[in-house]
Amino acid sequence: MAKIRHPKDFAAGLMFIAFGVAAIAIGSGYPLGVAARMGPGYFPRILGILLLALGAVLTFRALRLDGAKITLESPRPLLIVLGSVVLFGMTAPSLGLVVATILLIVVSSAASTEFRWKEALVSGVLLAALAVAGFIWGLGLQFSVWPTFLGKG
Amino acid sequence: MDLLANLGLGFSVALSPINLMYALIGCMLGTLIGVLPGIGPVATIAMLLPITYGLPPTPALIMLAGIYYGAQYGGSTTSILVNLPGEASSAVTCIDGYQMARKGRAGAALCIAALGSFFAGCVGTLLLAAFALPMTEVALKFGPAEYFSLMVLGMIGAVVLAHGSLLKAIAMIVLGLLFGIVGTDVNSGMARFSFGIPELTDGIGTAQIAVGVFGFAEILMSLSRKENRDILQQKLTSLMPNREEIRRAIPAVIRGTSIGSMLGILPGGGALLASFAAYGLEKKVSKRAQEFGKGAVEGVAGPESANNAAAQTSFIPLLTLGIPPNAVMALMVGAMTIHNIQPGPQVMTSNPGLFWGLIASMWLGNLMLVVLNLPLIGMWVKLLTVPYRLLYPAILLFCAIGVYSLSNSTVDVYMTALFGFMGYVFAKLECEPAPLLLGFVLGPLLEENLRRAMLLSRGDPTVFFTRPLSLVMLLLAAFLLLLIVAPQFRKTREEAFQEGEA
Repeated sequence: MAKIRHPKDFAAGLMFIAFGVAAIAIGSGYPLGVAARMGPGYFPRILGILLLALGAVLTFRALRLDGAKITLESPRPLLIVLGSVVLFGMTAPSLGLVVATILLIVVSSAASTEFRWKEALVSGVLLAALAVAGFIWGLGLQFSVWPTFLGKG
Repeated sequence: MDLLANLGLGFSVALSPINLMYALIGCMLGTLIGVLPGIGPVATIAMLLPITYGLPPTPALIMLAGIYYGAQYGGSTTSILVNLPGEASSAVTCIDGYQMARKGRAGAALCIAALGSFFAGCVGTLLLAAFALPMTEVALKFGPAEYFSLMVLGMIGAVVLAHGSLLKAIAMIVLGLLFGIVGTDVNSGMARFSFGIPELTDGIGTAQIAVGVFGFAEILMSLSRKENRDILQQKLTSLMPNREEIRRAIPAVIRGTSIGSMLGILPGGGALLASFAAYGLEKKVSKRAQEFGKGAVEGVAGPESANNAAAQTSFIPLLTLGIPPNAVMALMVGAMTIHNIQPGPQVMTSNPGLFWGLIASMWLGNLMLVVLNLPLIGMWVKLLTVPYRLLYPAILLFCAIGVYSLSNSTVDVYMTALFGFMGYVFAKLECEPAPLLLGFVLGPLLEENLRRAMLLSRGDPTVFFTRPLSLVMLLLAAFLLLLIVAPQFRKTREEAFQEGEA
């Protein structure tokens, strides 16, 4: 068994192979057509094969070339930051812009090592006011400001 | 001369109150994000893309353009005063700019950077205006085969001139092309790669992919880095450079402007490459090479002029050929399509007010930026005292609101989070995201032109080699690829980008 000497390229190669295989597999249901009249499946098939080939070269090359290790730190910031965005998506339509904003600010602030409750809350309230003023009154975006179950949106 | 009449039209458009206001907003925002490290023009323009939906196209594009070149001005402030690149394209300015500041010449460095940028911006804008007509005429002769080859050349050029692994960059382009064709196929009406999600039948939005891969990933990477900002706590007494500094800066500004203007036009070029190349050039031609790294004026004047010149000239391929040379221009394509404008040679004829108004606004914007950056410098420096822990949640919020407002769809927000995760993985594996965005924007165009070219040639693929213009472009692309395999060139390419990291 050959040794993986370039972990970043190796992983990247596998990732491109995965995308290539997925493109070919999902795209296999689309009519290919012929070169003169390409169907919807023709171009994706070319791209899938290209990705597969490029990924394979990268993966094999990673067995011969040396490279730095992949540094993995705690997944906490990643989960908190992306989670806060998903939370915003879930809460914005029903709870309105103000609540969703405060939630996003407080939750995402927790990703920092210097998190302080009070500071995050104050910042959330200020930004919520700013968002309502700027986006709703200023730009006229169609958003519900307050929770919909409290009556008018 | 037509040019004068056209510029006259441009200025009449750009000087209207609403356009002036949006140019000012763009320049302010650009300076703001330029000053702030950890958020770049790509993420900002992506974030504001949805918001421009409600604006008429001309002020929208004027504002977005202002953000790009405004960021080049703002970035230098942070580089000089904090020794931290406010913008990637100002990274080399740190080397000598910060040293100048430590010697008490911060004011002079800021002044030279701003005035050099202004000179470069004016030249770049003039070049853009001058090149627009002839380039458009060439572009109008292009058929689908030529367009296909031009895009191939553009993409190859973009990876050759960018930094990082060539193989990974090409793979990222192909992946971008694949993301680009998600959605309903225009020819057959078939939904491709939409996974039964109705939102995906309209394709992936430029804003979602750019905000996720650039905006969110930048925040995530910044959070995992510990950064300490030592803002220079000295009073900026005088902004005036002395006679010796002016004498040394002028030729550097001219050299920087020339190299920046050229590199801006090239695919894959743009502000970042220009500033690195200009620094290298200054170091080479200077008789005082030993002063570089210890506060050489040329090391500030050259790169800062170059990045600004390139920011202007990179609009040339976008506005005349419809081919974006870099990631920011790819977003401009997104902005134009939001407003149902197909970028390309026809913009000038069908939308002359927009075309020349945009160009004229760039000159006005550069003028505003000098005013914004020199007397108001104290205000921008104050901004740097805002800690990152307060800043990033706010950036995140504006991203989320921007994406959500696109079509009041929560799916868009989730998609952006997904692309944020992908962006994080790409960063971890050292896969540059800029080629992905370029491929993403070009995907549908490339497929369409490939189909048309093959239809016209009745399935004969040699059409790309028998049409002379197309052949020239493919040969150029092959030549570029060969160049990079050549060890000598590879070495210079690596060196060019290492200056700033050292």
